[in-house]
Amino acid sequence: MNKPTKAIPTAGPDFEHLLAQDVVIEANKGAGQTGAQAIDPSHSPVAPWSRAAGGPRALPKPGLMVDAALQREVEQLLYLQAEILDGKHWQAFIDLFAADGVYWMPVTPDQTEWEGSPSIFAEDKLMMEIRKGRVSHPNAWSQAPMWETNHVVSHVAIESMSGGTIQVRSRFHMMELRRDDVRHFGGSYRHTLERDAGGALKIKLQRVDMFNSQAPFDYVLQIWV
Amino acid sequence: MNLTALVEPDRVHKTVYTDPAIFDLEMERIWEKAWVYCGHESQVPAPGDYYAVTIGRQPMIMVRQGNGKVDVLYNRCPHRGVQLVGNLKGNTGNTFVCSYHAWSFFLDGSVRAIPLAKGYEGTRMTRENPDCNVRRAPRVDSYRGFVFASLAAEGPSLHEFLGEARVAFDDICDRSPVGEVEIVPICHRVVQHSNWKFFMENQLDALHPSVTHQSTGIAAGRVEKRLKADGGSVPLYYHYLSAFASNFELWDSVQTINFPRGHGILKAYMGLRPQDPDTLEYEALLKQAYGEQKTEEYLSRSIHHVLVYPYLSVQSPLQQLRCLRPISPDKTLSEIWHFRLKGAPEAIYRRSLWYYNLVNSPATMINADDLENWTKGQWGLASNGGDWVSFHRYAGDDRVENGVTYSNHGTSEAVMRNQFRAWTEYLTA
Repeated sequence: MNKPTKAIPTAGPDFEHLLAQDVVIEANKGAGQTGAQAIDPSHSPVAPWSRAAGGPRALPKPGLMVDAALQREVEQLLYLQAEILDGKHWQAFIDLFAADGVYWMPVTPDQTEWEGSPSIFAEDKLMMEIRKGRVSHPNAWSQAPMWETNHVVSHVAIESMSGGTIQVRSRFHMMELRRDDVRHFGGSYRHTLERDAGGALKIKLQRVDMFNSQAPFDYVLQIWV
Repeated sequence: MNLTALVEPDRVHKTVYTDPAIFDLEMERIWEKAWVYCGHESQVPAPGDYYAVTIGRQPMIMVRQGNGKVDVLYNRCPHRGVQLVGNLKGNTGNTFVCSYHAWSFFLDGSVRAIPLAKGYEGTRMTRENPDCNVRRAPRVDSYRGFVFASLAAEGPSLHEFLGEARVAFDDICDRSPVGEVEIVPICHRVVQHSNWKFFMENQLDALHPSVTHQSTGIAAGRVEKRLKADGGSVPLYYHYLSAFASNFELWDSVQTINFPRGHGILKAYMGLRPQDPDTLEYEALLKQAYGEQKTEEYLSRSIHHVLVYPYLSVQSPLQQLRCLRPISPDKTLSEIWHFRLKGAPEAIYRRSLWYYNLVNSPATMINADDLENWTKGQWGLASNGGDWVSFHRYAGDDRVENGVTYSNHGTSEAVMRNQFRAWTEYLTA
C-alpha cells in the first residue's frame, strides 16, 4: 500500500475545518489590465445589431450600393476566412483580426456586449492563441478523430461605412464531419472591419449568431465557426 | 437480476453503464424517488412563469403560483394525456390550457374548466373527481432558493437527502452580501454520449485533468507565462485553464471528501481569492454584512466542486452548476447554469463568467476532451474486451469517520467506491 506523500490532517467529526485547508496550484496574485481586460468594453460595436436595438429580427435593409471593388474586396475577405477555417490554418485565421480584434458568439440575439453575459465564444487574440495551441497539441485527444468542416458564406451586404469602419453582414452554413457523423450549423456573421496601417482590411469584431445556438449541442464546438 | 453481484467494493461490472434494464431500474429507484433538482426560484419570478424540467423519465413543469409558491406538476393533461406545455419556458397566465380539447387548469394543477361538461354527466370523469386534476409531484421543497421535487410521497426530507452536500448552496449564497443568488437566464445544454455515471465520477477524479486537459493547460500556461514576463500580473481566467495541467503530485494533494448517499467534495486548488481592488471592495461588502469572522469563514471554505449525487455538480466558488438529465444508458443531457451573487460588484460576476465561458460553454476548451473520453469509455465498456471497471487506486487507504470517507490522496478512487455504495443502496432498497 502506498503511503501518503504529504500528511493531510486527521478529520474531526466536523469536516468544516478540513474544508478550510486550501491547496493552491500556482494561484495568481492580483489581476492586471492585460489581455481581454485591456480591451475597452465599448470596443464591441454590437449594440446596433442586438434584437433590442432592432437588430437581427428587424426587417433587413438592402446592402449599400458601394463601389464594386470594395464590395468584392470585402467578399473576398469573408470567403478567404471560410477557406482558412476549412484548411485548419489557425494562425492565418488569427492574423485576419486587428490587434484588439474579438471573435464573439453570443448565445442569444439580444446580447449586446461581448463581455458581461454568457457566450459560446468570447475571445480576444490571446485567447484565440490558447485555442490554437490546444487543438495543435499532439495530446489534444478530442482532435484525434477524423474531423473536417465545410463553410459556405453568402448574402454579403455592406450595412454601413463610417470613419473608416465597415459593417458587413453575411450568412453562413457550416457542415462538420466528426468521426462518422455530420453536424450542421448555420447563422449570420457580422464583421466590423477596419484598415490597418498597410491598408489591409482587418477584423475588429466578428459576431456570430448561430440559428441553433440555444439548441442542445450534440458534443461541443472545438474551433471557431 | 442480481444487482449486488455487479458491484464489488473496488470494482463494478461493465453492464451497470450499458444495460438498458439497469438504466430503467436507476430511473425508477433513484431518479423517480430521490429529490431531484428542478431549478432556481428566480427562473420563475412571476405567477404563471413556468419551466419544463425532466425528472427521471417524467416530463414535469416547475411553475410559480399566484401565492408565490413554486409547484411542480406532471406535464400531462388528465384527459387524453397530451403535454400541457410544448416549450421549455414561458408564462401561462393564470391557467394552463390543453391545446387538444381545451381542458384548463389552475396553476396548482386543479381543473378549472372542462369543455362540454354536460357530456361527462353520469360518467366517473366529472370535475369533483381528482383524476380531472393535473397530477402534482408529491413533494416539492427548496433550499436557499434551489427547488427540488421528489416523485415519491415518502422518503427522507430534502434536508436529510442533501446532508452535508447542503454546503454547495450555502457556499454559493453566503458569497452574496445579502445571502442570495439569482439565475442568469441562459442555459447551455450539451449532450454527452455516455452513461451519466461517467460525468459524476469524472467530477471528483483529480488524476484525469493533467492527462485529459494537458493540451489546453499547456497552451494557456504558455500565454500566461509570457504575459507575466511582460507585465507582471495576469487576469485570473488564464489560470482557470493553465491549472488543469498541474502535475500529478499537486493533484494528489487535493483532497476529496465523500459523504453518504454518494455526495462529495473536491477541495479547492485554483486559488480563487486574489487581492485585487475588485476583490477587496467585494470583501468589504461581505464584512459589512456578516462581520470579519463570518466573512473569513465563508471565503475560506475549500471547495472546487460539490457533487449532489446522482445528478448535480455545483461549482459554488464560481456560482455555476451542471445538472444531468439522463436520456438512455449511453446518452445524457447536461444543463449548465450560472448565477449572480445579489449585491456583489459586477466585476465579481464577470470574473466567474470567464470560467463559465471557457470551461462550461458549448465551445469549452476543457470539456471537449472529457466528452471524448466518456464517449470512448462508453464504447469500450460495450465490448467483450473485459468485464470489470477498476476502482482500485488507493483502495484500503481511505479514512472513514462518521460515515464520511476522507481520501488520503486527491487521486484516490474513493470517490467512485463511495458513489457505488450509494448506488447499491438505492437500487437494492
